Amino acid sequence: MIKVINVYKRFGDLEVLKDVTLNISKGQILSIIGPSGSGKSTLLRCMNLLEVPEQGQVWIGDQDITAKGAKIREIRQNVSMVFQHFHLFPNMTVLKNLMYAPKHVRHVTDAENRAYCMELLERVGLTEKANEYPSCLSGGQKQRVAIARSLAMKPEIILFDEPTSALDPEMVKEVLDVIQGLACTGITMVLVTHEMGFAREVSDRIVFLDNGVLIEDAPPQEFFTNPKTERARSFLQKML
Amino acid sequence: MELHFEKLAGYLSLYLTGIEVTLQFTIGSWILGFLLGFIIALIKVSKFRILKLVTQFYTSIFRGTPQLVQLFIIYYATPQLIGYEITAFQAAVLAFGLNSAAYISEILRGGIQAIDYGQTEAALSLGISYPRLMCGVILPQTLKNVLPGLVNESISLMKSSSLVAVIGVMDIMRAAQTIQNRLFIAFEPLLVAAAIYYVMVMAMTALSNRLERRIKVSDKGN
Repeated sequence: MIKVINVYKRFGDLEVLKDVTLNISKGQILSIIGPSGSGKSTLLRCMNLLEVPEQGQVWIGDQDITAKGAKIREIRQNVSMVFQHFHLFPNMTVLKNLMYAPKHVRHVTDAENRAYCMELLERVGLTEKANEYPSCLSGGQKQRVAIARSLAMKPEIILFDEPTSALDPEMVKEVLDVIQGLACTGITMVLVTHEMGFAREVSDRIVFLDNGVLIEDAPPQEFFTNPKTERARSFLQKML
Repeated sequence: MELHFEKLAGYLSLYLTGIEVTLQFTIGSWILGFLLGFIIALIKVSKFRILKLVTQFYTSIFRGTPQLVQLFIIYYATPQLIGYEITAFQAAVLAFGLNSAAYISEILRGGIQAIDYGQTEAALSLGISYPRLMCGVILPQTLKNVLPGLVNESISLMKSSSLVAVIGVMDIMRAAQTIQNRLFIAFEPLLVAAAIYYVMVMAMTALSNRLERRIKVSDKGN
């Protein structure tokens, strides 16, 4: 479903990703973990080309999105993203936030769009906020709306970029519960997270990124109980 | 000191003509300034490098030279350059519209760039096109934020319109000068002119305050 092949990315003098190769199959739930500054978010953002790799290829399905002339806007319709800071559109109500992309990109009819978006709001437990503006919501509610918005395009892939890092501790759980609820829907999910317990529980595969290099790739049970590298071991000791 | 405001009574119609001309002129140059300024602002936040340089140059010219000089150049040089006998009114609308476009483009550019880039990324990640992102997400927020700046620019446009009196357009200022020359009194006609400008600016301020309140009610965003 997602193929990252020998990707390099640098910001100025800083090499953020060094020869990263990663193959994610359809329906897989993969967590990318690692110390801050290790390139996790950058790797994730290469998967919908919010960052363009200097070298290497990124494939989504059977399309090379790094190729010249790739129809990136069409590909992105299938690859939604949930951001650390939500990035809801503040000039629209919650429901309009959800309906905007399906309406203007997929040209879904209004009635159908509204019905599906209300269904999504119900799924994240926020139907009563449909006509509120984002400024009236708590952080956890905003993130749940953002997740619902990413689902509105019926994507095959969702990328989560530290979805709980900007939240107050008591709001983390409500967001994680929503993400967990998606796990059984067959959507391919890639998560960058610092929630080790959650990563272990929800994902079926963990990769560990250190200093721009992928140094571990294992099922969660194996990774958390018996990491292969010293670097991962010391990282886990600090986190757990 | 004796003041003779009663002497002005016969010249009321001259002031009224002046008000009409000033308004026509302000509205005309505002529309030109806003449309052009809007296009320039969109170029300034775009990726077209050469066009961006052109608009930067444009802004620097119109901000870097006095308005009166611009007005004179357009009024007196146009016939010489292209042979078109431009009327004083046309020259004035053109000069002030072009000038105000430079300022309005900067106001809008600042407003657009003040919107968190994350919203652009969110829209892109949903496959929303750039024009859709601009019209539906960025510009509605921008216009709300830059409204005070735009009102400011409109007020300054209305007041600097008094400069057109020097190329013979019968605006409020020119009316006052005409009366001054006929009656040989200066203070009264000029004071009335000042009062008229003041009332017009106040009316504009009140209008924009109402507009701002309405926008706040209809959109509780941010």
